[in-house]
Amino acid sequence: MKNLRLIAFLDLKESIRAKWFLVYSLVFGGLIALFFIAGVTESQVMGFSGLSRLLLMYIQITIIILPIFILITTVRSISGDRDNHILEYMLSFPISLKEYYWGKVIGRFITVYLPVVFAMIIAIIYGAFKGAEIPWAIFFLYTGLLFALSSAFLGIAFFISSFVKSSEVALGIAFFIWIFLLAFIDIALIALMMQQRFNEELIITIALLNPMEIFRVAAISLFDPELTVMGPVAFYILDTISQTLFVLLSIVYPIVVGLMFAFLGFKIFTKKDLV
Amino acid sequence: MIEVKNLTKKFGSTISLDNISIEFNKNDSIALMGANGAGKTTLIRSILGYYHPDSGSVLVNGLDPIKERQDVLKNISFVPQLPPPIKLSIDELIQYIEVSANVKRERILHYANEMKLDIKSNIKKSFFKLSGGMKQKLLISISLAQESSIIIFDEPTANLDPKARDDFYRLLEGKQQDRILLFVTHRLEEVESLVNREVYMDMGKVITDEKL
Repeated sequence: MKNLRLIAFLDLKESIRAKWFLVYSLVFGGLIALFFIAGVTESQVMGFSGLSRLLLMYIQITIIILPIFILITTVRSISGDRDNHILEYMLSFPISLKEYYWGKVIGRFITVYLPVVFAMIIAIIYGAFKGAEIPWAIFFLYTGLLFALSSAFLGIAFFISSFVKSSEVALGIAFFIWIFLLAFIDIALIALMMQQRFNEELIITIALLNPMEIFRVAAISLFDPELTVMGPVAFYILDTISQTLFVLLSIVYPIVVGLMFAFLGFKIFTKKDLV
Repeated sequence: MIEVKNLTKKFGSTISLDNISIEFNKNDSIALMGANGAGKTTLIRSILGYYHPDSGSVLVNGLDPIKERQDVLKNISFVPQLPPPIKLSIDELIQYIEVSANVKRERILHYANEMKLDIKSNIKKSFFKLSGGMKQKLLISISLAQESSIIIFDEPTANLDPKARDDFYRLLEGKQQDRILLFVTHRLEEVESLVNREVYMDMGKVITDEKL
């Protein structure tokens, strides 16, 4: 246990010093700052305004950029260490593979999750300071959704990292997965429905399997009771499942996906040659 | 004691270790030699439990280095050929070793001092930002501080200047007692005074194994 904490702590410290972390934090913090400067909180679109609108815009951009940020910064975590012989040295000490792997997962999770949530907290504090009404329900929902989305993509990234020998290949796979999942949110699904090559059930199943689509639908579901901005698949999902159940599913499912991939990655890590 | 029995390790169609059997016992101080690609590093990595053998076995003090890696590695110190670009600061790296291998910081500082390495003024510096020689000195200091019964050096003096090499050999004098010292080297003359056994490998096989 002490080794697990140590690995997580050292990975966290190492990541925080890295340039990518600075860029990562600046992007999410910068988004919030930009929204305030642009006066998003003073505008009203489709019935929502103030901090709610700001958080909605933030989350919509986060859907796109958070997965790729997590994938490209994490996917090299183990494969990169293997590539440049760090793993060969660090694992020559009596540390179990379980502690090493899960320590890295925990350390990296904290690194990728905290800046995204901190950016929202800053928005809430600044909003409160300006006298805006705080949308607590949305804030807590988004904190949970971001936790779930971070878990899913972190798990996928560690899975890739465990079996890929070169970090360049790992980056390529990560980018492909991001593009693939991004394509299967409503835009591509509408095209599929229009072409009628697949039946509706299959399209809905694909949508429900995609953590990015689940995140998107859950994030917007609190805002748009008429479901006008959600797209046909989102409409279908919320028409079939109750909103509460769907919100629960949208948090639990990506966490399960993340854990499953991380666990598969761990199995591969222990069964394959380490260096 | 290290017992390698009928060990074969392949990478794709390349046979890196070809059914080799060899034992290293207490008080053995071995120069492991051979051309590039002879299988020396693969043998060392198999002892450290990094590779899953295609056939055969490796036992270190009767334990499997893959299944019982922690118990095996408690008794092994390892210095790689090239210091890896570890991003941790020296302080953090020492902390990692203190906690994971239960090594006292003072012991590392002691050997670093003996190797003429000024740790204190570089303690917050990232390991990879040190010069090649400084990195190697630190890794050697760590390996000696571990007080392990098996010490494996993979070309440990490659980055060291003549003075540092002398310090290294001086610190190793007398360390052979009750230990296994395994030097992977291309230059026997450098470790000649320290070794009592010479193993030569080629094409994944042990070609000669002589007591000196």
